[in-house]
Amino acid sequence: MPANRFNNFTDYGIGIGLRAPHYDHILTRKPVVDWFEIISENFMIDGGRPLHILDRILEQYRVVQHGVSMYFGSAGRTDREHLRRLKDLVKRTGTPWVSDHLCWGSVDGRYTHDLLPMPYTFEAAKITAQKIREVRDFLEVPVAVENVSSYAEYHVSEMTEWEFLNEVVERADCGILLDVNNIYVSSRNHNFDPLTYINSVPADRVAQIHIAGHSKFHKYTLDTHDHPVIDPVWKLYDRAIRRAGHTATLLEWDDSIPSFQEVHDEALKANRFLAETQLGVAV
Amino acid sequence: MSLAALQKAVARALMQPLTGDERMQRIGPRGEKMRAYAARYIKPNDRLTSFERLEIYNRQYWFRVLASMAEDFPGLRSVLGGQRFESMCKAYLAECPSRSFTLRNLGARLETWLRNNPSWIRNRRVLALDMVRLEWADIQAFDGLAKPAFRSEDLCELEAVNLQLGIQPYVQLLELHYPVDDLLLEVKHGDETLDFASNAVQERRKRSKVRAVATLEPAQIFLAVHRLDFAVYFRRIEPEDFFLLTALRSGKSIERAVELAFRKSAVPAADRAAFVQHSFQTWATLGWFCRPGEKVRGENPREKSKDTDHG
Repeated sequence: MPANRFNNFTDYGIGIGLRAPHYDHILTRKPVVDWFEIISENFMIDGGRPLHILDRILEQYRVVQHGVSMYFGSAGRTDREHLRRLKDLVKRTGTPWVSDHLCWGSVDGRYTHDLLPMPYTFEAAKITAQKIREVRDFLEVPVAVENVSSYAEYHVSEMTEWEFLNEVVERADCGILLDVNNIYVSSRNHNFDPLTYINSVPADRVAQIHIAGHSKFHKYTLDTHDHPVIDPVWKLYDRAIRRAGHTATLLEWDDSIPSFQEVHDEALKANRFLAETQLGVAV
Repeated sequence: MSLAALQKAVARALMQPLTGDERMQRIGPRGEKMRAYAARYIKPNDRLTSFERLEIYNRQYWFRVLASMAEDFPGLRSVLGGQRFESMCKAYLAECPSRSFTLRNLGARLETWLRNNPSWIRNRRVLALDMVRLEWADIQAFDGLAKPAFRSEDLCELEAVNLQLGIQPYVQLLELHYPVDDLLLEVKHGDETLDFASNAVQERRKRSKVRAVATLEPAQIFLAVHRLDFAVYFRRIEPEDFFLLTALRSGKSIERAVELAFRKSAVPAADRAAFVQHSFQTWATLGWFCRPGEKVRGENPREKSKDTDHG
């Protein structure tokens, strides 16, 4: 099941995010890592060190692209320059699939550089799905959308977040990058059972899974990617892979980044759960 | 309410500047109380009001864009001082929010905006504008396009008459009124070591930066901001070099470019051939030449990449 049309029938294991503080370690020590995820926008440039590093990484590792500013859910038109640069990068990396967030972040050409939560309406689902199709058709690689963590909900919403996710991916016929940490964070902020969310996701569309750490504040929980993964999130991960099978898994660590080894060791903890799923998949 | 209308309303609120103590303003975009404005769109929960939930995004927006400006313009920050720099950035971003899919381009309009809003730099106008130009050139040189370097074999394919040479798009040429390259290097060097410094050392560095700005004397300089082995360098060049490179970049023939370079030069006529030969040798070694031709996409790159994922 995990090698599916949404991840281009690949069978990737555990990867980590490629981050600047680890460049030297990776290039000099050449650690064994199944794959790296890059932030596409960091390499959608014309030249210089970032692309040089990327090319050296590509000589030895598999890379998957993850975007942060396509804004599938923004009501405005897709940025053609963004798309064109993204396609150039897709050709360079040979990424089997690309992912970005199920969110909005730009209005009338102005960018917030944030991953803003969608109103869960049928109109929004329709517009979002249309843009995902447009991007996929232009890039000619499968697209997976990632559920975001959120701190606000709208009065106009007509369904739950997981119903909205299902509505979008069915309409777009696209994959899902299931971020179990985001589900946990949002469940704390919006008082829902995260297992209900996980159990509602169409397992056959899961192309990839994200795990990460977060920060708890007095009145809300923030998705900060600056801590190890906590046990409740590992439990959600366990449930997710029992449903979806042995899925490409990526640890995100973007702030207060520790040593490469520490990040990689944290990611490899996922092996405990993946080993168990190989004994049998429960739905 | 349509998706577009909702997004416009929310974006308007979250891009509204924060108060002095970094909270969301009490008055909303159209003079309406922000509590009522937020409550119209955002659901409260058992711990947070609609106002407080919207405020999380409002603060995240401003913290992110202000951090990006501080990272991109540490030299200007030194010239203006921390508080004035932050106030200036807020005013700039309120008028010129990001129009690019990456934060790299956030400061692209800063020089023009400062020229139109000189009150922010009234005491050090020329110095501040020089610094902004240098810091933007630094960004462009870092990840600008490098075309294949010009090879001697390429000469065969060019017309002998009106022979032209291209200059690599990542090479940025600046005529400046202050030696801001020295100042910026000092500022950056201080920032690099801050993590390891004690409070006392940081305080000394801060005073040293202030002193460096205060004592900086005007001096016309010509600079090529370029990169070598993927690191950016500031290279002082002679005025003749500057005019020669600028003319070549604008598509002038080599012959015409040399003519323009020495129009007001003090270099004796007898020494000019050697001067040009030495300059061309240096630039060829640095890989600055490329084939002349049509401008290609990205010759003036506009996006700046940063690790900004919070997904």
